[in-house]
Amino acid sequence: MPPLSRWYVKLALLYFVAALVLGALRAAEPLVSLPPVLVAAGPAQVHLLVVGWITQMIFGVAYWMFPRYAPDAPRGNDAVATATFLLLNVGLLLRLVAEPLYALHPSVKLGGVLVVSAGSQWLAGIGFVLNTWPRVKGR
Amino acid sequence: MPRVSVWFLRTSLAYLGLGFTLGALMLAGKGLGTNLAWWRLRPAHVEFLLFGWTVQLVMGVAVWILPRFGVRRSPVRHAATAWLAFGLLNVGVLLSGVGPLAGGAAGPGLTLAGRLAEAGAAIAFGGHVWARVTPSGLSEM
Repeated sequence: MPPLSRWYVKLALLYFVAALVLGALRAAEPLVSLPPVLVAAGPAQVHLLVVGWITQMIFGVAYWMFPRYAPDAPRGNDAVATATFLLLNVGLLLRLVAEPLYALHPSVKLGGVLVVSAGSQWLAGIGFVLNTWPRVKGR
Repeated sequence: MPRVSVWFLRTSLAYLGLGFTLGALMLAGKGLGTNLAWWRLRPAHVEFLLFGWTVQLVMGVAVWILPRFGVRRSPVRHAATAWLAFGLLNVGVLLSGVGPLAGGAAGPGLTLAGRLAEAGAAIAFGGHVWARVTPSGLSEM
């Protein structure tokens, strides 16, 4: 397994645990009083699961297992693949921090962080599509 | 990789790009204070990423990877069920994604038609892979 796939899969596992722990904490809200930032973390929790865990696991395994692009570049453009990994995780972490805070205390600065997060994750998605598309091919 | 898997996977990549674009618009809209205007895209965002990207990718990889042992039908006839699943899934994703955006009485009807097409895709896909989940035999496929 290439190093980038190992990073993808291990981070995906960490996000998986984090998403479910956060979900358990938020489920306790009717029984115990939680900090408002946790109560406001619903959308962030969902994306921790679907982007951090599911999408990241798919990206990592696809980078590893999909058919080779070419003998001298088996996994496509490595720079694009690395940038995709970094952009996805930076974007997701920015969202995780900024979105609950923005829900509680809207500000131009936090709104700007959300815009950066959106752009970062969008670029990651496009980078993955561009790098993976040529590797999806027939026999 | 079989041709039908290429179509499944490339279409799933297209939906990934589309779904991420809608999601980025919604999140950026939230940050810019225009959240409500973009909120109508949420059903399409969820549909495109859940069924168009994730489910479609799983189906394409399964058709590619699962063993071809024990399949007794001809390759052409066998592939037909996979193509049927591909067609129904994508009709379903489009109708279910666009349905909530359509105004009036058309919206719920489109969404229902989309869900029925997706259910049909699941049946066709199950029919395709069922015989391939087996430990013995060898097929011509």
